Amino acid sequence: MAPLRQGEIKSLFMGAPSTGVRAILFGILSIFLMTLDHRHHHLETLRGALSLVVYPLQQAVGIPTRLVGWASDEFTSRESLQEENRRLRQMQFLTTAHLQRLTVLEAENRRLRRLLGSADNLPEKTVIAEVVTVDADPYRHRIVLAKGTRAGVYVGQPLLDAQGVVGQVMHAGPISSTALLITDPSHALPIQVDRTGMRGLVLGTGRYGELELPYVPNNTDVREGDLLITSSLGGRFPRGYPVAVVDRVEPDPGRPFARILARPTAALDRIREVLLVDHRAAQHAPEPGMPDSLPLQPEPSTSDGPAATGAVQ
Amino acid sequence: MNVGHRSGTWVIVFTLVIGMMLCLVPIPEWADRLRPQWVSLVVLYWCMALPDRVGVGIAWLTGLLLDVARGTLLGQHALAMSLMALITLKSHQRVRVLPLWEQAVTVFLFLMVNQLAVHWVNGISGFPPTDWWYLAPPLSSTLLWPWVFVLLRDLRRRFRVT
Repeated sequence: MAPLRQGEIKSLFMGAPSTGVRAILFGILSIFLMTLDHRHHHLETLRGALSLVVYPLQQAVGIPTRLVGWASDEFTSRESLQEENRRLRQMQFLTTAHLQRLTVLEAENRRLRRLLGSADNLPEKTVIAEVVTVDADPYRHRIVLAKGTRAGVYVGQPLLDAQGVVGQVMHAGPISSTALLITDPSHALPIQVDRTGMRGLVLGTGRYGELELPYVPNNTDVREGDLLITSSLGGRFPRGYPVAVVDRVEPDPGRPFARILARPTAALDRIREVLLVDHRAAQHAPEPGMPDSLPLQPEPSTSDGPAATGAVQ
Repeated sequence: MNVGHRSGTWVIVFTLVIGMMLCLVPIPEWADRLRPQWVSLVVLYWCMALPDRVGVGIAWLTGLLLDVARGTLLGQHALAMSLMALITLKSHQRVRVLPLWEQAVTVFLFLMVNQLAVHWVNGISGFPPTDWWYLAPPLSSTLLWPWVFVLLRDLRRRFRVT
């Protein structure tokens, strides 16, 4: 009886005051963690370890969506399958035809580059990763991918889909990773207007389907329908992938810069799979004075990890 | 008696896991803004019902895992969650005996503290909220509180979680 009595008394008199103390300790610990995470990005290993705990949940949560996809694949009728097959075969035929021309062009391009003495940065390794979850926070555009460092994913790795640039990897855990979409408000991407070659940046706005082109003077030649491609300045994204199409140009005589909005070419709100491009191998040392790109905020995805070291070497 | 003192840990863990999953399930963008703070509701209930078992520590850990799952700053939800757990623990004896709707009003305040702390950190780190929608989740969670409360209470009684 005695030990029980003692335990009860303990919980009554020891429990109450220690709650406040513990709360203060945990509060300090959280602030410490947040500061480390925000300013110095030292917590990738901790995040990676904890992501192993959370990953099964993220997987489980995606099951219904995948089941629906699987069911619609499984129960499509024979005719529609045949129809799809026919269409795909046609497309394949066309693509192969295009590709033949492309191979020739690629070879020619490589030869010309060699003639010019510039580095050859065409071959790039790619990995396809499934999107596990889309971030639950409506203010941040992030996705979780089902591939991690074991599959060669690294922080800062560019993400593409069939239509264009999707984003870049922000945290890489062992078997999963988090990526920032180009529409996230903290994301900036160096681009070039395909038609004129003008360099610039596109910023995320926090809305799918809208990007902003800041600091473009009113009299610059940018028109609706212009294609924006990656400029590879900053050395994080490979050159020449489509990013967005200019949607609206509103010159504002009252201000030095026009208001330009663009629509991403990638279907950012509907992606299920993304292409991870290993850009490190293809990276030749950029000029030392070149600004290291991307996120405006000192957010987790800036100069840290293998991407930054790769760019320096 | 001593052995039975800590029974039903798995029920607590299970409900926390379910709450976490409900926080991560992909839903359309318009519904996302109204998504209730499921994990916070579960943590709140256990803090109120079993304050000697679920306290600031478990709230903090849950928040940390939520941070990892959502890709927010490590410690952001952890701080908010432990703050909420603290005020719940300090007042659980008063809140527990209130009628359900009065309890819901109090719970609204607790959840509000949680949400404000999260967005306060967001604001400091450079992402101030652009509209008033961030006040919606505590409201939708409050509307759900009576059901969550009754459900978790029944679970606690059936599996004799003490």
